[in-house]
Formats: sequence, structure tokens, C-alpha cells
Amino acid sequence: MSMFKIFNVAGSAVSAQSQRLNVVASNLANADTVAGPDRAAYKARQVVFTTTPMGEVGTAGVTVSQVTEDASPGRRVHDPKHPQADAEGYVTYSNVNTVEEMVNMISASRSYQNNIEVMNTAKSLLMKTLQMGQGS
Amino acid sequence: MLNRLTDSLNFQAEALSLRSERQRLIASNIANADTPGYVARDFDFATALRQASGQGSVGDSAVHGPKLTMAASNGGHLNRNGQPVGGRDQPDMNYALASQTNLDSNTVDMDRERANFADNTVRYEATLRFINAQVRTLNTAITGQ
Repeated sequence: MSMFKIFNVAGSAVSAQSQRLNVVASNLANADTVAGPDRAAYKARQVVFTTTPMGEVGTAGVTVSQVTEDASPGRRVHDPKHPQADAEGYVTYSNVNTVEEMVNMISASRSYQNNIEVMNTAKSLLMKTLQMGQGS
Repeated sequence: MLNRLTDSLNFQAEALSLRSERQRLIASNIANADTPGYVARDFDFATALRQASGQGSVGDSAVHGPKLTMAASNGGHLNRNGQPVGGRDQPDMNYALASQTNLDSNTVDMDRERANFADNTVRYEATLRFINAQVRTLNTAITGQ
């Protein structure tokens, strides 16, 4: 029954999108951090989606193949009194762009909802298929 | 005798399995809406059903050109759709072009896919109802009341 594969496909997409939401949450939480665990400023992270075949032709799920770090330099603010200030009196904040992250979040949540709806539709179709021939 | 009874059901069963295949394909497209480089796929239902039920029409080759199949001399060879030769014939895939240009060269158009998904859902249910109605008809004929 090929329709059962829809749950694998949509399920993989849902878990990939939720990982994307997780990364967005980390980025937004660290939007104003000065230093990470390694004493360097936090770098924004992005997930990379890859198509993964699931059995039959045309059945393509999604996986997160890697999580990349944004290499662009962090925001520098002149604040000599700050304990993390460098020799020139500049403090380096994380390079998270909050506007980009909010857009990313909306996109991820919409994709998540889309896939949930796909699963609901497939479920109701399968329920009706199970009742085939029993109608009075 | 029983063949006659089930022949009409077979056609609907073929349609139902193609509908579920298309449903799976559209679900894959929706799942990959954010994957860079993914190309949306779909197949022409009418042509696929004609192929599956063995009613290849004459007009078909006139429109789409002669149908070419690749020769397979070894059991491990694959056909045009990447499936092993000799297995159940898969419908021919069509690849979508991007409706709007985008940077990640993903060609999934969510509006189109959602519309196709809803359309396919309704038609799947219609096929189910046809089957149910035929079963009911057969039951009535058998009980003879």
C-alpha cells in the first residue's frame, strides 16, 4: 500500500522543519550574547535540507544533512566599560540577524503546518479505504 | 463468469492505485518545498491510466511523439524512470519548471501543489465511492431481491 509511505515522507519533513525551528530558537535566544561557551561571540546557525529517497520512485523525504555556521563577523559596539571589551574598547556581539530569523521562523512553521495537513488528509483517505465495500 | 463481475472493478482498482501513487508524489513535493535544488514531479493521470489499463490510444503518439523504450540486455538495467526492467510499469514522470525564479533552484510551487493535492484527494474519494457502489450493485444482484 503505497499511501502509507506518505507518513514517512511528511514525517521526515516535519522533523526537519522542527529542527529548523530549533535552530531559529537558538539563534534568537543568542541574538544579544557577547560570548559563547568558547569565549568567542555566538555565530548564527542554519540547517541544510537534503532530499532523501524513500523506496519507490518519486517518494522523496527530507533530512537535515548539516548545520552550518554563518562566518560573517559579529556586530561590534564601542563600550570600553564592558567586561568583554577588547583592547580598542569594542565589544563583539553575535552575528544573528533577528529579522531574517523571524522570517525563517514563519516559513518553517508554515511548512510544518502544510505537512501536518498532508498527513491528516492521507489518514482520512486511508480510513475510508479500509472501509471499502462495507457501505450499506 | 466471475471474470466479468470483477473486470469493471479491476479498472477502478487500477485508478485507485494510480491516485494513491500521485498522492504520494505530491506529498513528496510538499515535503521538499524548502530543499535547495529539488525539482517537483508529477505525472499525467489520464495517460498513466490508459497505459496501466492497456488502452494506449493512437492519438497519444501523435501528440507526444513515438514512445521510445530503452533496450535492456541485463537484469540489472534500469528503465527511463530508474526502475528495474520488468517490474510494474511506473507512470512517466514530468518535471516542473519554476513558476517564479528563486535562488535555491527549487521548483515546488506551493499553491499548485496544494491545489493538486486537494484535487487528487477528492478524486481518490470519488474512485472509492465508485468501487463501493459497484460492490453494492453486485451484492444486490447476488442476493436477488
